[in-house]
Amino acid sequence: MSVVLGVNDLQIAFGGVKAVDGLTFDVHEKEIIAVIGPNGAGKTSAFNCITGFYKPTGGAVVMDGIDITGKRPADIAAVGVARTFQNLRLFNDLTVLDNVRAGMHLNRGQSWVDAIFHSPRFKRSEAAYTEEAHYWLDFVNFEGPRGVPIANLSYGQQKQVEISRALARKSKLLLLDEPAAGLNYTEKQNLLELCRRIRDLGTSIVLIEHDMGLVMELSERIVVMNFGREIAEGTPAEVKANPAVIEAYLGKNDEEDEEVGIDGNA
Amino acid sequence: MSGSTFKSQAPRRTGPAAAWVSGLLENKYLGWIALAAALLAPLLTASPYSLNVMTTAAIFVMLAAGLNIVVGYCGLLDLGYIAFMAVGAYTAGIVSKAFELPLLFTIPAVLVMTILAGLIIGAPTLRLRSDYLAIVTLGFGEITRITANNLSVTGGPSGIYGIPKLLTFGDFSVHSPAVFYYVTILIVAFFVLASARLGKSRLGRAWRFVREDEDAAEAMGIHTYKVKLMAYIFGAVWGGFAGVLFASHLTAISPKSFIFLQSALVLMAVVLGGMGNMRGVVVGALVISLLPELLRDLSEYRYLAFGLLLVVAMVFRPKGLWPAHGHEEERKKKEPEQTAVDAAVSRGESR
Repeated sequence: MSVVLGVNDLQIAFGGVKAVDGLTFDVHEKEIIAVIGPNGAGKTSAFNCITGFYKPTGGAVVMDGIDITGKRPADIAAVGVARTFQNLRLFNDLTVLDNVRAGMHLNRGQSWVDAIFHSPRFKRSEAAYTEEAHYWLDFVNFEGPRGVPIANLSYGQQKQVEISRALARKSKLLLLDEPAAGLNYTEKQNLLELCRRIRDLGTSIVLIEHDMGLVMELSERIVVMNFGREIAEGTPAEVKANPAVIEAYLGKNDEEDEEVGIDGNA
Repeated sequence: MSGSTFKSQAPRRTGPAAAWVSGLLENKYLGWIALAAALLAPLLTASPYSLNVMTTAAIFVMLAAGLNIVVGYCGLLDLGYIAFMAVGAYTAGIVSKAFELPLLFTIPAVLVMTILAGLIIGAPTLRLRSDYLAIVTLGFGEITRITANNLSVTGGPSGIYGIPKLLTFGDFSVHSPAVFYYVTILIVAFFVLASARLGKSRLGRAWRFVREDEDAAEAMGIHTYKVKLMAYIFGAVWGGFAGVLFASHLTAISPKSFIFLQSALVLMAVVLGGMGNMRGVVVGALVISLLPELLRDLSEYRYLAFGLLLVVAMVFRPKGLWPAHGHEEERKKKEPEQTAVDAAVSRGESR
């Protein structure tokens, strides 16, 4: 399996705080990887570095053989990285369909001249946009209304739309930041099944998640972070047995408990 | 999965009358009806005064259509928009006087200058967000006016006069205000239609994505900086062409025509009408430009009444008289056994 994303010694510091300090991992084709760690471990900061929202202070990110370290987010997206956000970042006043169309922005097919004169090219392109938006909404089994502003929908439905927007990018790599947060049991089961179907499309997935049940069941490999450092990497079974991980989550014997248990729910 | 459960489109207020009204407002031929009304208006009243008022209102509609691209679609608050009109008007005036060209032939120069103005004002300011952008655009608006006031090529404080009419070719010239009104209406109609259509295209969506959430737009591969610059350039061109019409209409321009109040009035038209909704913006522009004329009977008090009416309008319609509704057609009935592609074929165009 070829490497899709290579993260090498990634570092970012805010003032004196090293939010990410030497993170290294590879993502292979059609692989599902989880990044876990206590709150404040630097998981989201790492995502933001990979997708260009933060400029890394050190290290390299290579996507598909192209060095994308420190490039602007739009360029990184164009190389083939799609993402969702920890707190939903949807276009609230726009319709569900328009939100999904955002993911297709890089499909060209029409210029502004076409738009002004409503050329046949424009009509074809708009029809294709709509068709594809419906396709991706169907793909995530979205059952809500599609022509209404997204702010009118429930949280679970909004999460579905955010994933279909990212899928519409048709990228080789999908970064999901806490996709299961706030979902109920059934929704989590659907998410599990959805992630596998996304993988089968040929897309690799990296997810940040606190729900250990989901992480253990879904991911092929797990990267564990704490205080910006990578403290373990391996299969779910290996990670579960790793003393450093247990320590990070449960603390040493003489320390008080913090965060969540290794198989607790976030 | 049942697309059919959500067949109804925009939510309608109850009652047949309200349904009829919203049906009329959503009518896709409404723009053509409005154009027909504008073309028929001189049959009702064609005094030089009323033609003058109507022509001015039409030019104002075009300005509002341009600012709607910048503020309404893209969410970039521009407090110095009138500067683009000034650039268009001065370019047309200077070029036509210097080379004794018909005003129509100055259009390439106007196009170049307004795009340049859009780039000069846009490129350094678009990295700023909201409040800061507003203040800087306000400054640019004033700089443009003061520059025109102090240069000799722009005629200084007295400006440029004797600008030829739009339809002057050598010895042939049409001076009829009615003809100029019709020409203005057709040009404005084209620009209004173009701006409405741009709003419903890939570029228009990108503008809205940037307005709603720049980071999310960027994550989708949208170059927010380029997209914002495009909004600025389109806005500049719309403003510049409105400036050409303005120069041709008055045959004289001076810095006094491009004061901050004008920028504020255009912005008011966009906000009052309903940001992002082209139909609303046209209504807003007509209200802003025609209301002071209709209130003329109140003589000195008319601007007081004008202000009060605007305040009342914004209290009762905070999103504007006719805001963008943000709804679109649901998918047409889809059989469960159909594949997505089959459904797509039967669905056809759905916007």
